[in-house]
Amino acid sequence: MTTKKKRELQVAALEKGTAIDHIPPQEVFKVAYLLELDKMESNAITIGNNFPSKKMGRKGMIKIADRFFKKDEISRIALVAPKVILNEIEDFEVIRKYPVSLPDELVGLVKCNNPKCITNNEPMPTRFDVIDKEKRTIRCRYCERKIQKEDIVIK
Amino acid sequence: MENKSIVSIEQCSREDILRILRHAARFEERPNRRLLEGKVAATLFFEPSTRTRLSFETAVNRLGGQVIGFQDASTTSSSKGETLKDTIRMVSNYADLIIIRHYLEGAARYASEVTHIPVINAGDGANQHPSQTLLDLYSIQKTQGKLTDLVITIVGDLKYGRTVHSLIAGSSHFRPTFRFVAPEELKMPDEQKHYCDKQNIPYTEHTEFTEEIINQTDILYMTRVQRERFTDTEEYERVKNVYILKKDMLRHSRDKLCILHPLPRVNEIAYDVDESPKAYFIQQARNGLFTRQAIICEVLGINHLI
Repeated sequence: MTTKKKRELQVAALEKGTAIDHIPPQEVFKVAYLLELDKMESNAITIGNNFPSKKMGRKGMIKIADRFFKKDEISRIALVAPKVILNEIEDFEVIRKYPVSLPDELVGLVKCNNPKCITNNEPMPTRFDVIDKEKRTIRCRYCERKIQKEDIVIK
Repeated sequence: MENKSIVSIEQCSREDILRILRHAARFEERPNRRLLEGKVAATLFFEPSTRTRLSFETAVNRLGGQVIGFQDASTTSSSKGETLKDTIRMVSNYADLIIIRHYLEGAARYASEVTHIPVINAGDGANQHPSQTLLDLYSIQKTQGKLTDLVITIVGDLKYGRTVHSLIAGSSHFRPTFRFVAPEELKMPDEQKHYCDKQNIPYTEHTEFTEEIINQTDILYMTRVQRERFTDTEEYERVKNVYILKKDMLRHSRDKLCILHPLPRVNEIAYDVDESPKAYFIQQARNGLFTRQAIICEVLGINHLI
């Protein structure tokens, strides 16, 4: 058994579902929030944090049983955790493994930093165009203000 | 045009701009055309702007249309807490066109998303004011006989100046060269400079407003340096008189030099400049009428009748 497998087993072996790996430790709970895990009632969910990682020192991990995500459901987590790896598991085997990347547009997810933006004064969803996926720069569709990754506030 | 509304200058292609300016020239020849007969335009001014409102309302009137609307949101239901969406949808029951001025940024775009009738942005906070940019371009074309290959010097508040940022975007199609003249605190933001770099638009930056710069300029675009923009009042006191255009500074300027200002001016253009034939800012405002007539016909899809 490889070390990696052993570590996963320390958490909980997943028979079927999604394992999200390489989450920056400080972002684990934000990722859980973005995926609305708090609203999932029937799936078994394991959240682990501060595991040693060769790549990133420490890392977080989330496992959700019996649940697969569509691309547009999962891509939003790239907002806080751009290097996350998604593992889809069936019969205890990883059947698909891929990195997440930001979508072209973010709807209702991020708060605009501009207090004079219409989205902060009207009951309406925010809309941001992702103008640089690598740098995580987004721009409000309405007031056109650009927001850099360190200033992004999740709603 | 992406859609029938005009909310930002960036949505206008080179062809869109040239078409609108062509139509504006026809309205200048003959401003009274009954192309809006039986049509109602709503001017919704959530913040007062007398100049812009009069210009748009005159444009509608000279086209034979009717105007409804308000000039101050404090007397409307938005002061009772009505959402912008409800106001816009209510007005859409009555009017064929909405001309909106709002203190919130993005209001015009949002308005255009919640109604089926065309929306013209007459200014949304510090964001966009596309009819101002189009009338600036019309004034440039009219005074220079062309739009391309001009040296445009912009003076004053380059940091917060909405008209300045839009002018850069609007003239980017026409190979301009820019000179940016501003105090350190109000210099051109990186975002606009990166935009110029990306579009291969040459520019230079200056903190001193000198005759030498004026002498190499085709279009001198003056803006107001406002006290409230400064964090440091001492700094304001130091620079407030530096960016003032006086008549003797025009001595060796180019024959066709054209002085523009989005108005209102306070003291940044001395009154003795008004006598110079190069002072164009009052005619510039008049050009706003023709440009807005062209914009109205554009969004209503009746520009083939002009």
